Parts: sequence; C-alpha cells; structure tokens
Amino acid sequence: MDNKLNITINGLPVKLEKGKTILEAAEKTGIKIPTLCYHKDLCVAGNCRVCVVEVVGQKRLSAACATPCEEGMEILTNSLKVRNSRKHIIELLLAEHNADCTKCYRNGNCELQELASEYKIMTQDFIELTPLKNYTIDMFSPSIIKDDSKCIRCQRCVRTCAELQGVNALTVAYKGDRMKITTFFEKALNDVVCTNCGQCVNHCPTGALVEKNYIEEVWEAISDPNKHVVVQTAPAVRVGLGEEMGMKPGERVTGKMVAALKRLGFDSVLDTDFTADLTIVEEGTELLTRLKKAIVEKNTEIKLPMITSCSPGWIKYIEHLYPDNLGNLSTCKSPQQMFGALVKTYYAKARNLAPENIVSVSIMPCTAKKFEAHRPEMHDSGYRDVDYVLTTRELAILIKQAGLDFDKLEPARFDRLMGDSTGAGVIFGATGGVMEAALRTAYELVTGREVPFENLNIMPVRGIEGVKKASIKIENPLKEWAFLDGVELKCAVAHGLVNAKIIMEAVKTGEADFHFIEIMACPGGCLGGGGQPIPTNPEIRKKRAEAIYAEDSGLPLRKSHENPEVQKLYKDFLIEPLGEISHHLLHTNYTKRERF
Amino acid sequence: MAYSYQLKRVDFIFRNENDWEKVLSATIKKKPEELINELISSELKGRGGAGFPTGLKWKLTAESKAPEKYVICNADEGEPGTFKDREILSKVPYKVLTAMAVCGYVTGAKQGFIYLRGEYKFLEAELYKAIDEFQYYCKEIDLDFKIKIFMGSGAYICGEETALMESMEGRRGEPRNKPPFPTQAGYMGVPTVINNVETLVHTWTIFKYGAKKFYDLGVQYSRGTKLFSVSGDTPKPGIYELELGMSLQDFVYEFGDGDTKAVQVGGASGFLVPRKKFKDTAIGYEGKLVGISLPTGGSMMLFNSSRSMFNVLDNYLEFFREECCGQCTPCRVGCQQLLLGIKAVKRGEKPASYLNKLLKLTETMQLTAKCGLGQSVANSFSSIVENFREEMIY
Ligand SMILES: Cc1cc2nc3c(=O)[nH]c(=O)nc-3n(C[C@H](O)[C@H](O)[C@H](O)COP(=O)(O)O)c2cc1C
Ligand code: SF4
Repeated sequence: MDNKLNITINGLPVKLEKGKTILEAAEKTGIKIPTLCYHKDLCVAGNCRVCVVEVVGQKRLSAACATPCEEGMEILTNSLKVRNSRKHIIELLLAEHNADCTKCYRNGNCELQELASEYKIMTQDFIELTPLKNYTIDMFSPSIIKDDSKCIRCQRCVRTCAELQGVNALTVAYKGDRMKITTFFEKALNDVVCTNCGQCVNHCPTGALVEKNYIEEVWEAISDPNKHVVVQTAPAVRVGLGEEMGMKPGERVTGKMVAALKRLGFDSVLDTDFTADLTIVEEGTELLTRLKKAIVEKNTEIKLPMITSCSPGWIKYIEHLYPDNLGNLSTCKSPQQMFGALVKTYYAKARNLAPENIVSVSIMPCTAKKFEAHRPEMHDSGYRDVDYVLTTRELAILIKQAGLDFDKLEPARFDRLMGDSTGAGVIFGATGGVMEAALRTAYELVTGREVPFENLNIMPVRGIEGVKKASIKIENPLKEWAFLDGVELKCAVAHGLVNAKIIMEAVKTGEADFHFIEIMACPGGCLGGGGQPIPTNPEIRKKRAEAIYAEDSGLPLRKSHENPEVQKLYKDFLIEPLGEISHHLLHTNYTKRERF
Repeated sequence: MAYSYQLKRVDFIFRNENDWEKVLSATIKKKPEELINELISSELKGRGGAGFPTGLKWKLTAESKAPEKYVICNADEGEPGTFKDREILSKVPYKVLTAMAVCGYVTGAKQGFIYLRGEYKFLEAELYKAIDEFQYYCKEIDLDFKIKIFMGSGAYICGEETALMESMEGRRGEPRNKPPFPTQAGYMGVPTVINNVETLVHTWTIFKYGAKKFYDLGVQYSRGTKLFSVSGDTPKPGIYELELGMSLQDFVYEFGDGDTKAVQVGGASGFLVPRKKFKDTAIGYEGKLVGISLPTGGSMMLFNSSRSMFNVLDNYLEFFREECCGQCTPCRVGCQQLLLGIKAVKRGEKPASYLNKLLKLTETMQLTAKCGLGQSVANSFSSIVENFREEMIY
C-alpha cells in the first residue's frame, strides 16, 4: 500500500509520507510558516495560533503545527485571510507583551520581535495590557530571572520543565486573562524544585526567562588593576560560541575563543578541561575504592551504584527528589568548583598571588553553575571559590561589546598552570563523555591496558538516546586489583532529567545493578546546556556533539591520567587522589531538600 | 384580532416512565448497526452546543477497533442561563443511565462517566443511588457496563469535550487540538463518545418510540424537540420542551413580558436577536431557513426595554475573559481587548470607529481560536454591536 499522500501548498503539488503535519510539509517544500509555541524539542501545543493556514474548503483556519495533512488538501499559507489573521494575532501578543524592546536582554534574539518586524507591525491600535497588570520580576534565583510581563504564554517553558526535565517547577495557573506561568504557590524560583538547569531559558522565545547576568561585575573586575582575573572555560563552550558569533552550529572555535578572552583583558585564560581530567582521576579512584570496599571488605555501608556529580542541575534535582540517595553521589565537586578551589590555593601559591586579589570567573554552557558557585559550601579555598559564572551567551556579549572581530582573531593557546587538558576532558561536554573518560582511565588503572575499543572511542555510551547502558568485563587485572578479575563493570548514562528519573526509580527500588552511572541534567549533556546559544534543537545538538568528538580525536593526549599538569598537581600539591588535601578542596557534601 | 401563534409544547423528556428496565433489555436485543441506523435516520443532533449528528458520532466510535472505549455524559452545564441538564438528572436519571448503557452496547464501551458540574454536587448522592440500582439490573441482564461520576471543579471551559477529558485525566482543563476527535482518541487516548445529558435522553425517546416519532417533530435540519431554559424579563421563567423550528416571534408571544427588546438565543456564546428580526428568526440548527439561529445549550434570555445592551455585552465579555482557559492568543488577549475596547469607546477614549476594528478582531477569533469558546465570542459581540451600535457609543 502506498503510504504517501498528495497535497498542494500554495498551488504547488507536494507528495509526502502520511502522518506529517502541515508545518512539516511546508518546511519540506521550502515554505516557512511562522511559529511561536512550536519547538522541535517539545510536544505540540498549538496555542499561539501564529502558524494558522487556510485549508481550502474549511470554514476556519488550521494551526499548521497541529494539523495532520490529508489526501488532497489544498493549503494556503499566505492568503489574505491568513495574513490578516496572523497580523492580528501578532498585534494581540504585542498588546499583551511588555514590548520595551530596547531595554530587554533578548533584544535582537527574540522570536516575537522578529515576527513583529517581519509583519511590519508599525502601530499599536489595541490597548496595552501590561500597565494594567501587577507584574513583579522574580530575581531571587542566582541563575534565572523571570519576568511575566514579557511572557506570551506559549508554555514552552512549562513543557520543557515537564517533558525534558520531569521537574515541573514551572506550571500554568489560573485561567482567562489571569492565566500565567508560575511555580508551586507562586513562590520564587529559588524556593521551589527548580534545578536552575536553564532549559526553560533556552526554550523561551522572548525575554520572559533569562539568565541572571554578571557582565558588569566581570568588566569591573577586569578593569581593576589590583585584581588578577582568571577565567576558565568549560568544554561545551568552544563548540557553541561560534553560533553566537554568526557561524554554523558545530564549528570549533577553541583557539579563537582563547584569543578573544585574552583580548578582553583576562589575566589568565585557563581550561576547565584540566579539572575535568582531575575529576576523572579523583572520581575513578573513588569508584575503585568503593568497589573494593564493597567487594573485598563486604562493607554494606558502601553505596553503589556511584553516580556522577558534575552537573549542578542534576545535583539539585536529586537533593529535592531522591534525598535518600545522596550517598550514591560521588563526593567529587564538579570540574568548575575543583578549579575554583585550586585557583585560590594551588594556583595562587604557584603564581605568588594573594588569593584575595584573585577574581575567578568561569564561562559555562550552564545556568545551574551560577547557583553552584553560590552554594555556601563552595568556599573551601577560604574565599568564594568561583566568583562569577557567565554563560556562553554572556561571553558572546562581552566579545561583541569589546568590538572584537571574532572571525579575524588568530587562534591562541590556553595559558599554563591549569590550562592543559586531554581529549577525555573535552568529551565531558557531551552526554556519555564522563563515563567514557572514566572508563578510559579506570580500565587502564586496573588492567594496565587501554580500554578495548577502537581508537579509545567507547561508542556504546555515545549518542542521543536518553538512557544508555554499557558494560566492560575486566580480565587479567593488575595484582592489586585482582578482586575485580572477571567482574563485569556495568554502567548507565542518562541525560535530560526526565531520563535521570527513569534510572533513579530503578536505583531506588534496587532493580538497577549498575556500578557506575553518569547523569547530566541537560539534553545532550552540557553541549545542550541552559547557557548555550539560543536556539537549541536536536540537529544543533548533534552538530555540537560531532564537534566535541572531533576535538577529542584531534588531541595528542586522550586519557585524563596522562595530563601532565594533573600529574604535576599531584606531585607538587595534592600528593595522592582522595588524599587529605583533595578531600578538603575537591570533595563536597550534599543537602537534603524538600520537594515543596 | 389576536395573533395566533404556533408553539408546540411537547412532553417527552420529563414524561415519567417507569419502564427503563424494559426499554434497556428490549433495546440491547437489537443489533448495534440497527440502533445506529435508527439514530441516523432520526437526524438527532447534539444538544450540548456543537450540534454534531449523534448517530454518526456513535457510528464512528463503534467502527473503531480499539479494545477500550468510553462513554461520557457531559453534565458540566456551564453556559450562563442554562439549567436543563440539572432538571433531567434530578427527575429522570434512569433515562440518562439507560442511554449511556445502550451507547456502551452499541460502541463496545464498558465504562461510562458522568462529568457532573462542580456546583451540582448536591445531585451526586441521589445519582449514585440510581446508579447502584441501575448497575444491579445490568448485572441481572448480563450487561457489562459500569458508570461512575466524575465531579468537575467549576470551570466553564471544562464543558468543552476535550478540556473535560484533560480534566478527567488529572490535568489542566485546556482544550486539545482537533483532530484527533474524541471518537478517534478521547479520554485516555481511546475512542470516546461524549454526549450532552439531553442528547442522551433523546436517544432514549428514539429507541423507545422509534426514529420516526422523533423525526416527525421539528423541521428540516432541526428534528425533534429541545429543552429551553427560559430566563430574563419573562413572567414565566423555567424549562420548556418545545418543538424545534419555531419562530422567535412565536416564542416571544408566549414568553415575553410585552416589552421584549431582544432575545439572547443560546447563552453567552449564542446570538442576540433584536425585535425587528424576531419574525425572520427560526430556532433550530443552522440550515437553509433565513436568519436561523443556533440554540447551543438552549438558553433563551429575554431582555426588555429597561436593559442596556452595553451592559449585557459587557457582562458576557467579562464572563469570557474570566472563563476562557487562557491558552490561545486570539481568545485570551482578544477577550480582554474586546472588553476594554467597548469600555474605551463608551468613555470616549476611543473613536466610535474602533468598534469596527473590534468587529474585525472577532472575525479573527472566529477563524483562529483553538476551541468553540473563543470561536463563538464573535456571535454575541457582533450581533449586539451591529444591532445596538448606538447603545455602545452613547
Ligand atoms: C466552551 C464550551 C463549553 C461547553 N460546555 C458544555 C456543557 O456544559 N455541556 C455540554 O453538554 N456541552 C458543552 N460543550 C459542548 C461540548 O464540547 C460537546 O460538543 C458536547 O458535549 C457534545 O455532546 P452533544 O453532541 O451531545 O451535544 C461546550 C463547548 C464549549 C466550546
Ligand atoms: S479559544 Fe479560549 S477557551 Fe478555547 S482554547 Fe483558546 S483560550 Fe482556551
């Protein structure tokens, strides 16, 4: 049977598979239909009504995003009826929206603004609604600012929080003209289960949800001659920043990014990948120690599976939703916080700087990192370990403000002390990366041989599947790891908190027999983080992931324990993994939180 | 000379018949196809608002091969000025239960729900008593059909069939995208027949007395009888079962107070008919007759000359502004604009020509709103503004 059907769009015949919506059919034909509530990451809502089209013979217009094509449909995407209605709808949205665009953080990257400009809405005949409502801005969270006066009620954030993250911190309340997006009992975002992951920010078409920015603070620090400003950059930033600078998704801009940071005036441009490698050494050792205690010493206090702790959105999630499983978390701080603690101790000593004069800045693909840096326990250096966290987007703003022509920058190299990294550190930016890096190191540590995968590429933990499982059998280990002989090391990887939930339910009931689990809060891992360039969608994330793995393969060193600066760090300062100094600076504890 | 008018009072719905057991067992002896054909030939259309042919609705659901199906009786009755379903459920609940069970038999559904308006909580206990007795009989005749009551929580929009299902599934009562229609994917994503309380009672009449009896009443496109909730400036408010197709003129002769200026037909989402159009307006479903009006829930609200049509419209718009679910742009923002707009015109802050802009806006709402609520705001708005424009301005 033919599973194709024939329609026409604006008179052009189109043949396509059954089950496609009008929007998909139009896209395939090269016709753009404007959308607002539609997002490729989310289920269809069909509530903004901007995508209405005319189906010849039907009384009403149809929402292209929500209407399946039917045999023989004649679709008009730009008839007078459609244009007039669409214009009306945009006008209505503008009447409801605080359209003070020049003062908006999203000015220049706002889907509503773009539409208004496309349809040349030059007058506002309708009555402006914002002055009639009592909007207050929620600025309590260190990560996210929520301004309802700019909300167009598309519910993308609500669907994101529910479908991608399973958190449901944001929800719709009230009906009619009072309908709004809010939280449990309308509390501030930092008083509810919000994980600060920023996926809502990434999916918001307007300026209703934005990151709290620390741009001015960073400029001020850079301009202060008494301050030594250190910047670290996370692995995913280098595969995202290019998009903000007008390049196609998937461009690697590591060298240009470093050059830009130097030109901005940072005193030292360093790499979070360095502490990613360090994390692997600490976390790998922690895993092996736990296994030893559990298997050899039969210590029943030891919690397995051990779960990664690099993703601060994930940490806040487990603190709220699975507080009884906090013991399963690795005690390792995230690479950002390890870096922060070392900058004001190890680095300060080596460079002969007073830690109080160091300002430590990090560039992250993440909004939750802002919250993480804010946590009271993150002061192990004696100072706040990371002073300011900027997202990839904020870095782009710095670069634009400084007037740098990004294209023309000569690639530069990271500075030294704490600027060296391996491919293992780089792949932290993709889902499965921490697992792959950990396996590369742990397997070798235990057996003295490289992981048995071609080119060290552990393919089973890569890719976009929400939950991935893999196992490696340990054979002929070195003498001191003899107890692991024949053990099948079982691992799982999840990204997106909705997938974390799937794994955690299995852990909670004891069904899961994994030894080690990697969880990242954001879809695709950090490369799809809440602080990455907007827009995001599966194709863009795929491109970024390809770039990350290309970066890894291109590096001479691809195993964390081979990072020479990490080796030097242990020799000069930490002495040994999980040693006393590590314990003090690189490890942390977690806080049980309520669900409500 | 006295005007002689024809208004046929009928008594089917509330006729007290104590033979539901007999009707049920006799009906389910017939083949489902036979019953569907009976319904189709009666030309019964839904009495809950949209006027969809009931026989076709049952047929579509019956044809689906899905292993699970549901029957829902929509007793949310939220349309302002409508109070007929309440009367049915308190006076003749057995007819409703029987009709639901027959629908289950015809379509293959084993479970029925009554979605009861939150404010009708007081009916719940009595209804459950009736259901218990009914289920007892079902068991006796080996009919596998269960009925449960689901209490609504007071939002008008939850009367819209898909919002109702969302609310039953534990979510916010927001209308869904259609297609899929409930007959394809309704409650819990499976084929579902949802019918208004009154519609179900009409099916009882049809099964008991035959389609012809029903078909012979009314006029083309509008067969049978309908319950009207009569309110407003009338000496005899109440519920009346009348034959469809009557002229509004006749209706006003019967129910008016001698000073009737206009009648709102079909509640807030219906039309306002001014006196000069009474004669040309027949009450029934849309069809070929001139000036025919949609009855929707069957609310008939009479206004005499003491009423300000501006206030009437203001009242309706306030209702819509509060009672729309708020999800879709044209309706959520549109309702606010219409309400603020007519006030601004009245206060002289906007020119009278602004009303034209608002009329255009209602056209867009009709074309683009996601559900029947937003689509039908235009009905009352345009019929009031066009017929009583001067009252909007001065
Ligand atoms: C805003 C809105 C409110 C509605 N409220 C009701 C209601 O209270 N009762 C009802 O039976 N139908 C109501 N409907 C109509 C239902 O969506 C649906 O068409 C009806 O229940 C189908 O039954 P019927 O075919 O028997 O009329 C409403 C529709 C809309 C758009
Ligand atoms: S038309 Fe109104 S009630 Fe219907 S979906 Fe849209 S906002 Fe909700």
